[in-house]
Amino acid sequence: MAISLEEVYKIAHLCRLEFTEEEAKVLTEELSKILDYFKKLQTLNTENVKPTFHALKIKTPFREDKVKEFPYIEDILKNAPQLCERMIVVPKVVKAP
Amino acid sequence: MTEIDLKELTILSALKLLKERKISSKELVEESLKQIKRLDPLIKAFLYVNEEGALKAAELADKLREKGEDRKLLGIPISIKDNICIKGLPTTCASKILQNFISPYDATAIEKLKAEGAIFIGKTNLDEFAMGSSTENSAFFPTHNPWDLERVPGGSSGGSAAAVASRMGLGSLGSDTGGSIRQPAAFCGVVGMKPTYGLVSRFGLVAFASSLDQIGPFGVTVEDTAYLLQIIAGHDPKDSTSAPISVPDFLKFIKENEKTSYKIGLPKEYFESGLDEEMTKIIFEIIEKLKAKHEIKEISLPHTEYAVATYYIIAPSEAFSNLARYDGVKYGFRAESKNLIEMYKKSRALGFGREVKRRIMLGAYSLSAGYYDAFYLKASKVRTLILQDFLSAFEEVDLILTPVTPSPPFKIGEKISDPLQMYLSDIFTIPVNLAGLPGISIPVGLTSSNLPVAIQIIGPHFKDEHVLSLAYQIEKEINMKFIPPILKN
Repeated sequence: MAISLEEVYKIAHLCRLEFTEEEAKVLTEELSKILDYFKKLQTLNTENVKPTFHALKIKTPFREDKVKEFPYIEDILKNAPQLCERMIVVPKVVKAP
Repeated sequence: MTEIDLKELTILSALKLLKERKISSKELVEESLKQIKRLDPLIKAFLYVNEEGALKAAELADKLREKGEDRKLLGIPISIKDNICIKGLPTTCASKILQNFISPYDATAIEKLKAEGAIFIGKTNLDEFAMGSSTENSAFFPTHNPWDLERVPGGSSGGSAAAVASRMGLGSLGSDTGGSIRQPAAFCGVVGMKPTYGLVSRFGLVAFASSLDQIGPFGVTVEDTAYLLQIIAGHDPKDSTSAPISVPDFLKFIKENEKTSYKIGLPKEYFESGLDEEMTKIIFEIIEKLKAKHEIKEISLPHTEYAVATYYIIAPSEAFSNLARYDGVKYGFRAESKNLIEMYKKSRALGFGREVKRRIMLGAYSLSAGYYDAFYLKASKVRTLILQDFLSAFEEVDLILTPVTPSPPFKIGEKISDPLQMYLSDIFTIPVNLAGLPGISIPVGLTSSNLPVAIQIIGPHFKDEHVLSLAYQIEKEINMKFIPPILKN
């Protein structure tokens, strides 16, 4: 197997995902099969090849540092799962002293 | 008033009828909605039908026309893939995690269509977050191929392709990350184009793999496809990867170049074993016909066999990053929990479907410490080799002609349990995205079991007009209408 069950659980945590034991087992098999297929790339010599992250040569475009009004604040707030006035509520992240 | 026969209509012919006052937009939209009511219970192309909004927009379009106004799409009903934002309408990406999401703004492509008077008839089904090749990964329901309801329409823009093929709207917009416009277009017998990366703004398209994603049009003809592309193309400061170039007049170009001969390359790696025989025969008949006018040359794209592995490392890696935003905090589905980390995990575990989770995991693995060099970096280097293959080929030829898929549309359920087999069905479309090139799929024939066969034309960067021009020539040469039998009953 190209990937172990333990690794699947570790990666799942990094992804902020969780799986049942049954799901994790199936996923381990599926991912192993796919990762084995990826090994095909190791047969290619890429020693002097530069990586491509974008197919076209693009540069970061600059713009004037001007404030523009964003008119859709209310529309964005409407999508929030839980609001308190105009603030989004999340579970507590700090412990009381 | 002329009676509307949707089978016979194109965007351009409908515009002519509207201008001549032979039909009204209201009639056209009503007829399209009727078509949805008739056929969509079988095809299931739509996640949302904008009935009320479309009828209102049609009445407004008719009023504007009465006042003497004319716009490029005034009163024309089209559908939009449900990963492109239209303000005030749902954008679900066919995912439970966005089930209740309402778009707060318009995508730039939508803004441009609106400015020209287009009417949005509905949002079309897709594989969840555009990840898939059959539309079976939709969290809500699979879409059926109008040519054979037991078969897939392709994916991920399967809803858009099926909608256009069954004339539920006269055109559509989809998105193409590894073939998601061209493959469903091929499976449904319509025209679908992935423009050069950067030609159409991605602002308002829900990101899957940002270095590969591109919005593009579907139409029943090459002319309609070119016409839609004209409207949505162009530089947009809101998308930093959008190209600051001037867009040529596509329709004018294809008409002026009806007789132009091109040097066309056939990459031998695309015609090797594994191709469906009947499909290959139809494609070679077209190639024979092209020889009368064009120079056909065998070429080689030697790194083709590495494209699928390269793509399925790069696209999931980018997706891993892009999909981190769905955490249950600001929008989308939230699973209740007392603890923030638990809330993230539960929201994502319950909100995402299997394929999306699989790809997030693949991406995280490829990018993680210890595997980055062997997977993500390696794939990015192989991407260079794939790009260089194309750049060298375009020193010898003007355009490249290939199949779109290894086989005609497969059956629903046939590949869904084997992710790797599903990935391998994208072999001919993926390299085009990795290289950022323009590619079009046009229908060229039907198999003996009445399934569409298509070819792909690939061009150099920003030579979209050449791709369209050869497609237009082939369409004229074949002179066939692709109308699924379901429309004839």
